[in-house]
Parts: sequence; structure tokens; C-alpha cells
Amino acid sequence: MKQWHFGEFGGRYVPETLMPALEELAAEYARAQADPAFNAELDYYLREYVGRPTPLYQAKRLTEKLGGARIYLKREDLCHTGSHKLNNTMGQVLLARRMGKPRVIAETGAGQHGVATATVAALFGLECDVYMGAEDMRRQALNVYRMRLLGARVISVESGSRTLKDATSEAMRDWAATVEHTHYIIGSVVGPHPYPTMVRDFQAIIGREVERDMQQQEGRLPDYLVACVGGGSNAMGLFHQFVGRGPKLVGVEAGGLGLSGDKHSASINAGSPGILHGARSFIIQDDQGQVLPTHSVSAGLDYPGVGPEHAWLKDTGKAEYITATDAEALEAFHLLAEYEGIIPALESSHAVAGAVRLAPGLSSDMLMVVNISGRGDKDVNEIAEVEGVEL
Amino acid sequence: MSRIEKRFKMLKERNEAALIPFVTAGYPDLHRCRDIVMALAEAGADIIELGIPYSDPVADGPVIQAASQQALAASMDLEAFFNLVAEVRQSSDVPLVAMTYYNPVFVYGQERFADNCRQSGIDGVIVSDLPPEEGEEWLKIAAVAGLDTIMLAAPTSTEERLRRVIDSASGFVYCVSRLGVTGADQDLSDSLRPRLERMRAMTDKPLCVGFGISTAEHVRQVAAPADGAVVGSALVRLVAGNDGAPDLIDRVREFAVGLKKATVR
Ligand SMILES: Cc1ncc(COP(=O)(O)O)c(C=O)c1O
Repeated sequence: MKQWHFGEFGGRYVPETLMPALEELAAEYARAQADPAFNAELDYYLREYVGRPTPLYQAKRLTEKLGGARIYLKREDLCHTGSHKLNNTMGQVLLARRMGKPRVIAETGAGQHGVATATVAALFGLECDVYMGAEDMRRQALNVYRMRLLGARVISVESGSRTLKDATSEAMRDWAATVEHTHYIIGSVVGPHPYPTMVRDFQAIIGREVERDMQQQEGRLPDYLVACVGGGSNAMGLFHQFVGRGPKLVGVEAGGLGLSGDKHSASINAGSPGILHGARSFIIQDDQGQVLPTHSVSAGLDYPGVGPEHAWLKDTGKAEYITATDAEALEAFHLLAEYEGIIPALESSHAVAGAVRLAPGLSSDMLMVVNISGRGDKDVNEIAEVEGVEL
Repeated sequence: MSRIEKRFKMLKERNEAALIPFVTAGYPDLHRCRDIVMALAEAGADIIELGIPYSDPVADGPVIQAASQQALAASMDLEAFFNLVAEVRQSSDVPLVAMTYYNPVFVYGQERFADNCRQSGIDGVIVSDLPPEEGEEWLKIAAVAGLDTIMLAAPTSTEERLRRVIDSASGFVYCVSRLGVTGADQDLSDSLRPRLERMRAMTDKPLCVGFGISTAEHVRQVAAPADGAVVGSALVRLVAGNDGAPDLIDRVREFAVGLKKATVR
């Protein structure tokens, strides 16, 4: 097993043109990790700019409503720009600066990673292009405008299913042409090595804060950790600290209109092993290895692959993956808004839906942490449209 | 000696470079694709690359992306691909190379893919997104099946990587002419020649250049320092531009004849 594989998953399946850049990135990341100055700089920006640590908040009314496990919310929605995505882009932009790259590119689905990339590009004066599927630009119009306000170019991707998968392919094509002066900031724990490891490490602060705060509030580790899984970065960020230490790790995939049809994005629950965007993992594909279109009400989960480490956690039984349908996510969205005064992102609503499913069956001395990976302002228009409300 | 090796030996004796046209298999449809391949062989193509359409071709530009999508929409699959190869092989001895992404091979089963390649008449395989460090398993399977594996060398490849690419390649080494994805260019990169010279000093394996080569003039420029030229997007674009034209096959033949002339040193 190579150092960059998770069991049989992961790897570096990219055209030769990109291999040297991945080698350079892995080497620079290793140097940065060992460099106290890099870590101090990252800590500084996470604290003073991103706004960390984020609260671990006990959701008393939601707990009471569901009547089971005691629910805590990890409030990544309170990060600057409104989601956990900035934890990763901050780390990667500091690396891009170390490598002397004046330009960054990104793919985005919900637009949250695009906004987080545009934000750090503005902060450090780098040129920034963001690839986004035409369909996602429609349903996440607010974030498109935010990226433009931040000085980024948003490039509409018209190929394939015109969503996150195609935006990622297009960003890889850009990178193959511009690799000498451009760093590609991948937004999740997907892609070729070192991305899945590096992005996980930058997000792992979520789980470290959860452990510290839970120790402080309850004097012990939580029993359940629940997060939504698109590519899987907020989930890996929450899980990493706890893998193999006892707490049950539960990822919630987008069940769309249900797993019996083909309108979902549940790569782990309904996909098969394959290679997409540089890594071996679970993929939604046909028996010829052609990647299939996916569906989710949430643009950030609408992706036919998943990070290779999740595939490995699933395979080894170290984590469990369930699904929530569009309807369940919407219901959970309203529940959190009405019972806790928190409007979650549609992505995070899938995690809340996971809690709605699991918590009632557990005793009240069980501690469950639900990752609220982002806030839902970006989704308000789309929800109104789905529910037939005229704004 | 493989069919590809034999061809390069013959070309050396004639003091010519190889003309290697690329077509997207099943494009514009299965029937005309077969006719195009036959016309290319008759026009003097030395090796023909058949691209297996894939849903997410990250190394391809808009021309080949569009052709792949159209072929897939017309239900091109691996069974149809191997049938196409077998049909061509019945009437031509031209070396055939399958160009693919790794996922279709992986999902189909590497051994099964290699066996079907061999049986239908494929001589070599290029897997665009399989660098040497991930290709160990495939390289063994291909060798057992008697298939050449053509590896890609990029402008960004370090000395150490070039060595690794060259060592694992058989048939020929595919030198990517420039950064970026496939597409038809106006001019060839200035850095190409010195790169070829550097690689020439490292190996006796044939060096063929691809990405961006679109005219007879480009082929002529490449024919001296390299052993072959791959013409992909320009040809696919010609087919796209003449889709529906009654003389499509003649135009393809004429284009290929012009390119082949430019390979004579
Ligand atoms: C708020 C939020 N949560 C989750 C995701 C899904 O990504 P990941 O699974 O990498 O956390 C996204 C992606 O856009 C997002 O915006």
C-alpha cells in the first residue's frame, strides 16, 4: 500500500502533466506542516479572520422535540463566509503563497467553496477563477454574485450535467494548462493525493474543538457524530479526531428522491468502486464505468463521488453512512429554524435529518454532535421556489 | 516483435515518421467511424488511435469532449468498440491503439479489457490518467496479453519522472507537446524541440508527439526530431464540420494523405 492510499482507495489517477504539481504540493505541504511559522500563521488567520473557535451549542429545544439523545450543534455556519469551507481555503491559500503561485482556481457546487476561495484570494491579492455548473449558477445565484463582489471570475460550465462534477473536470483542465503559476484549491476531501489528506487536516480543527468543548461541558467524549457527506470534507473534519476512539461516526448522504430510482447522490450507499477526478472511491456509474448524472435538492451534495477516506471508513466499518431524502432534509431545515432559531444550509439540513432519524431511538444520556456545516441564507430563494412560495 | 514495433522499424528504413491519426470511436456514428478508420489506413496512416468515449474526459478539450458525448448518446459502449476493432482488423493490418481513461477499464475488469483488446485486434493501449505509479497492475496484465502500453511524457515531467515514464512504456512514448488538454493549435510550442532532444538522449524507444498538432506543416516540423505525430482534435473537428456531407470520407482521406506526405524526411 502506498502512503497516499486509504486501503484500496485514493491514489493519483491524473494525466502526467499534473503529476509534478501534485508532487510539489505534497512536498510543500509536508514542509509547511513541520514549520512552526506556517502553523502560527494559519492559527492566527483561523482565529482573527475565520472567527474560530466556533461554538458547540446544546440544542435543548430540538433535543426535547426529538426526545432521545442530547443534541449538540457544532456551529460551522458561524465561520466567516458562512460555512466550514473557509478552514480549508485558508490553509491552501497560505500554501499557494509559499509556492509563489499568483493565481488560484476552484470548483464549486453550492457556491460556498467558491465564495471561500474568492475570499482568501481577495485577502491576499491573488487572481481567482471559479468554475461552476450552469445549473448550480441558477440555483445558487446569490453566491455567484458574492464571488463577483469579491473580485473573482465565475466561469459557467455547460458540459455534462452542468453541476459540480463538470465544474471539477473543467477546473482540472484549466490547471493542466496553467499549472506553472496556478494553484488548484480543491474544496473537499476528493481528488488525487495529497488533496484528500490535506483538506481533511485543514478541516480537522472541527473535531479537535468538539473534543475540547465536549470535555469541558460534559466531561467526556460524545457518543454520536453526525455530518452530511457530499465530497465529505465537513464530515472528515468532524470525524478525524475520533476515528477508532469509540464515538459512532455517521455520515448522511443525499438520498434525493430515494435510492430506488436514479435521482440521488448517495455514492457510498448506491455507488460502486471506480475512479473519478484522480482518486479511487465509490462512484455513481453504469456497468461500463460511465459516470451517471446525480440529483439532490442541495447543490453542495450533488456529486457522483465521495472522498476516498470515507470509502475506506465504510469498507472497514469504522463509520456508517445513511441517507436523507430531499423531503427529509427540507423538513429538518424547517425544524432547526423553528426550534433553534438557526437556518441551516440545505447540505447541513441532511445532517439534521440524520439526527431526526437517529436521536429518538437513543437514551437521553447519549451525546450526539451534529455538524451544522453552513448557514442557509444562500438557499432561501431555492427553498421558496421548491415549496411554491412567491417572494 | 509487436505490430507497432514492426511499423517503426519499417518507417526507420524508409526514413519517415509515423502518422498517427486519432478518432473518437463511434463518432459521428459507428458505421461512418469504421469507414473513416479504413480511409485513414488507406491514406497511409501508420498507427490509428481509437478513443474510447468517456463521460468525464479531463484531459480533453471541447472538440473531443463533444464527440465523446455524441458517441455515448448514441449508445457507444465497450462491446460496440471491440466489434468495431474486429471489423477493421478483418480488412486491415494497420496497428491500432486504444486510448482510454482508466475508469472504464477498471470497471470492465482489467484482464477482461486486455483480453478483449487482444482478441479484437488492438495492439497498444494508452490510459490518459494512469501514471506509472498507479499503473503497475495494468502494465503486468497488458504485458501478459501481449499489448503495448504507451505512456505519456509531459512538458512538466521532471528528469526522474521522464525516466520512469520511458521505462514503463512500450510501443512508443507519447510526448505531450504542451501544457493543457487536447485541442487544435495554431503554432507548436518552442520548447518542444529541446525537450525531444533531451528525451532522445535517454531512450531508443520511438517518441511520438501529440496535442495541438493540426496541419501538415506541424507534422513536418515534428517529423525530424520525433518518430511520429498524433493528429487528434483537428481530425475530429474536420469530421464534425462535415457531419452530413456526402463526401465526408473523401475529405478525411484527402486530409490524411496530406499529413502523411509531411512525414517523409
Ligand atoms: C454548507 C456545506 N456543507 C457541506 C457541503 C458538502 O461538502 P463536504 O461534503 O465536502 O463537506 C457543502 C458544499 O458545498 C456546503 O456548502
